[in-house]
Amino acid sequence: MSDTTTSANRLARYQTSAHIAGVVAAVLGIVSVLLPWSYAHEPLDDVAYYGAPSPLQYNYLGLMVIVLVMFGAPLALRRKGKFRDRIAWNTGARFGGYAMLATALVAVAGIGIEAGGLVNVDPGGWIAVAAGVLATAAGLVLLPSAAPRTGTFRTPAWGQILAIAVGLAAVLFAAAYALGLTDSGAFLFYLTFALGLALTLVRVGLFGWLAQCAADNKKVLVFAAFLVAFLFPFTQNGSDANMSIATQVLFFSATALGLNIVVGMVGLLDLGYIAFLGAGAFTSASLSGSLFAHINWHPPFIVTVLISGVVSSLLGLLIGTPTLRVSGDYLAIVTLAFGEIFRITMNNLDGSDGPNITNGSNGINNVPELGLFGFNFGDPHVMLGVTIGRFANYFWLMLIVLALIMVVFVNLNRSRIGRGWVAIREDELAAEAMGVNTFGLKLLAFAGGAFLAGVAGSVKAHYDVSVTPDQYVFLESAFLLAAVVLGGMGTVMGVLVGATVLKLLPEKLRFFSDYRLMLFGLLLVFMMRFRPEGIIADERRQLEFHAEDEELAEEVEGELIAYHDHYNPDAAKTEELR
Amino acid sequence: MLEVKDMVVAYGRVNAVKGITFTVEKGQVVTLLGTNGAGKSTTLRAISGLLKLVSGSITFEGQRLDGVPAHKIVERGIAQSPEGRRLFRRMSVEDNLKLGAYSRKDPAGVRSDLARVYDLFPVLGERRHEAAGLFSGGEQQMLAIGRAMMSQPKLLMLDEPSMGLSPIMTQTIMRTIRTLQSEGVTILLVEQNASAALSLADRGYVLEVGHIMFSDTGRALLGDDRVKRAYLGAS
Repeated sequence: MSDTTTSANRLARYQTSAHIAGVVAAVLGIVSVLLPWSYAHEPLDDVAYYGAPSPLQYNYLGLMVIVLVMFGAPLALRRKGKFRDRIAWNTGARFGGYAMLATALVAVAGIGIEAGGLVNVDPGGWIAVAAGVLATAAGLVLLPSAAPRTGTFRTPAWGQILAIAVGLAAVLFAAAYALGLTDSGAFLFYLTFALGLALTLVRVGLFGWLAQCAADNKKVLVFAAFLVAFLFPFTQNGSDANMSIATQVLFFSATALGLNIVVGMVGLLDLGYIAFLGAGAFTSASLSGSLFAHINWHPPFIVTVLISGVVSSLLGLLIGTPTLRVSGDYLAIVTLAFGEIFRITMNNLDGSDGPNITNGSNGINNVPELGLFGFNFGDPHVMLGVTIGRFANYFWLMLIVLALIMVVFVNLNRSRIGRGWVAIREDELAAEAMGVNTFGLKLLAFAGGAFLAGVAGSVKAHYDVSVTPDQYVFLESAFLLAAVVLGGMGTVMGVLVGATVLKLLPEKLRFFSDYRLMLFGLLLVFMMRFRPEGIIADERRQLEFHAEDEELAEEVEGELIAYHDHYNPDAAKTEELR
Repeated sequence: MLEVKDMVVAYGRVNAVKGITFTVEKGQVVTLLGTNGAGKSTTLRAISGLLKLVSGSITFEGQRLDGVPAHKIVERGIAQSPEGRRLFRRMSVEDNLKLGAYSRKDPAGVRSDLARVYDLFPVLGERRHEAAGLFSGGEQQMLAIGRAMMSQPKLLMLDEPSMGLSPIMTQTIMRTIRTLQSEGVTILLVEQNASAALSLADRGYVLEVGHIMFSDTGRALLGDDRVKRAYLGAS
């Protein structure tokens, strides 16, 4: 304790110098983008020219401006006031420094790897690293500010809505830009920059203010978020590559949300969830009228969707009925086995031994495009001067499916059934003693989750064109589970973020595809160590994982009682007997 | 009202309750006394349907209870405040209470019972949106009792409500039980604190390793030498 106080006193004298050093570092960073970073042109989408920043470097320039403000504001705001005191300038500046250093290092490393050696790094790159080192050093000298209280700023309603609009527009733009980057190094650079920037803005308190704006205008936010997602295809100008990734993210998110009911809300560990997606896909493909399908009945898609959901939920009932009566570990083992049994069964239903339904490992190919109300999802069409391709059509359809699943999820969460589910997760025996039909509710969650997966699968069959058993392997179940855990169990937003991260990263970072399992493993380990409640935490979960203080308080209380009883045994007894 | 006859309950192959018979009359407070492992909590769990009987029977208001699933037993009018409280620690006070009323389908009645619990335990009302795990032991016990009351039980079973509580808190809890008794709720009470329990009880049963050794009125047991020696710490 005294150590930190004295070192704080020592540091206190250098605060102004540190602020000035930080400003110098930011200016240095701005100068660096005017110089070439690399001798060769290929790395990072060409950062080799003089006098002006490359498109990628404009991001870095933006970061510099923000760091400049972080370090400069305390110098400019000498008088006390809400802007000086409620915003955590120093903490923001420190994280801005880290972000500068990290992006500069990624840039230099990227240039070194892609161009073959650090000799290709030009002075601009080294100046950026030096600026990063200086800013980090200056940030470390700064005394951390108190926690930001930006949520207490009073903002007029139009200001809040404007803030939400600007925030979402920034997200849309950033996502569109990130998807447009094809160079792995450039994507990694951008990712580092975006994470660093986000962290800086969180630390300085901007997000606290945005969260307050969002909380005050929840409906506006939800509507606007969907509007932004809806507008996304227009930013892609018919680029199929990116729309395909975005649509896959939506499929993954919708499935993960279904799994989130089972795992996040009820706490049932399902390791074979992908089989329900597969069951929906195979059902849908079999009824689709594909030449390779073996069922000669082609109901309209609306009917197929329902049948797929029902088939999946029947499988859920089949697995759930015997296993949900026993404790959780058995369920994990049985579902794990079920996932494998599903895949192997689909592989073997090839007619050599029993009926031919799936054509074995060849699967059902040439699933026709989806037709709904006379509209063929394979047809591109032009809207507001932008070509809306096949992938964009499916993107919009999945957006609607996702919205429906979200509505179901949120309403369930608030309902009596939802309360029963959470009670089962918290303490199954106590829930049973309260009159919660634990077995029935668990079965409902299991079958309901399977239904949602079946629905997603039935669309996916058309989107993928071919349905084969090897699309539905254990690894996919593991990824779904990782998305739920990473994002935050039991929350909608968290799972969307987790699913996006897990689906987007491997698509964009092709060069690390060999190591992707190892990296996800590491990511999960780190998450469990530093933020076990996930990226976006459920309020209840947060309590669960940070309960040390609470337990300590209980321990002390227990000891006090023991102490009291030990020294006043007679007092206690006589008082009661009186 | 409640009749337990020759009840045998086992954990695996070990019999924890070895054929006990007792009755609880309407409006009575009945207490089960005994040391750890005597089978008191097992008895309560068997009545609420959380454990299956090996043999014997449980009858409540003339209807057999054994074999009925736990959530149906709550609907019949038996509520339990389990050993160790077992609150939903991460849920708010109000959500805990609403879960106690899970089996009920009359929102208006649930609302008025919520008000009644807050009336009985004002501290719960003041902090109704805070997580249950943040409350002190005594407050948590209040919540556990309140939660059990929320199902409007005809028979309320309390398992060691004074466990881990300070003497003052124990008194508060015992006063609450007396209030409930005066309102006509039948109570089956399991307690380690024999003196407190017996001074409340109309009838007491003394259990030892799964058998009922003897029983009498609460007042008589309070003066019984065997009880005094074993549970009241007097010579």
